Amino acid sequence: MANTYEAIATVTVGSGGAANIEFTSIPQTYTDLLVKASVRDARTGDIFSNLLIRFNGSSSNLSARRLFGNGTSAASSAPSSSIVTVLNGPLSTSNTFSSGEFYIPNYTSANNKSVSTDIVTENNATESYQELNAGLWSDSSAITSITLLSNYSVNLVQYSTATLYGIKNS
Amino acid sequence: MPTKLIVDCSTGVTTEVELTAEEVAQREADAAAFAEIKAAEEAAAQAKADAKASAQAKLAALGLTADEISALN
Repeated sequence: MANTYEAIATVTVGSGGAANIEFTSIPQTYTDLLVKASVRDARTGDIFSNLLIRFNGSSSNLSARRLFGNGTSAASSAPSSSIVTVLNGPLSTSNTFSSGEFYIPNYTSANNKSVSTDIVTENNATESYQELNAGLWSDSSAITSITLLSNYSVNLVQYSTATLYGIKNS
Repeated sequence: MPTKLIVDCSTGVTTEVELTAEEVAQREADAAAFAEIKAAEEAAAQAKADAKASAQAKLAALGLTADEISALN
């Protein structure tokens, strides 16, 4: 990894799971941020689930454009009130986790904040998901915290991990 | 009560704390809202599929072959 990347913090979910992963007090000294995540949640009854990404704890002024496929068909959607992306659910192959990254450029600027996500679900079967997502938080505040949580009011399971990187442009 | 993991990037310290009642309520509201959106999307997709099937049946009743109907897609 280029030396302009610096690992700021890593977290791993312990036994019993956790509803949220929150990176707080994010230093304002980088150009961009990158979250690399290996996650799975406890949603009942499906191989995939949905992960919300929030900034500064805000659940408003969020939108996204999603493009995803599952090995058979492709689809898109445009959530008007959230930034949401797929992740492994409990019916995917045991002990497998989604692999994804969420890139947030210019997180300290006074302009609206964008995030691009790239994630795949893991499943030893014909159905598995891949998603590209363009998210927007229409807010002028600098990003000081990032929250990852399931959109089904369930926990992220044990051994889910996330690492936050700060990226400098030189 | 569900918990959350908070990583303070200024110190590197991770703490696990219980969600507040307000956070639990928000979480449940988010899930309910998302379920509504998904249901609406699925209903719209089903309505579109039903309309397509209906249109194809009407075209077939008019005497178009399956290949001719397929060519219109």
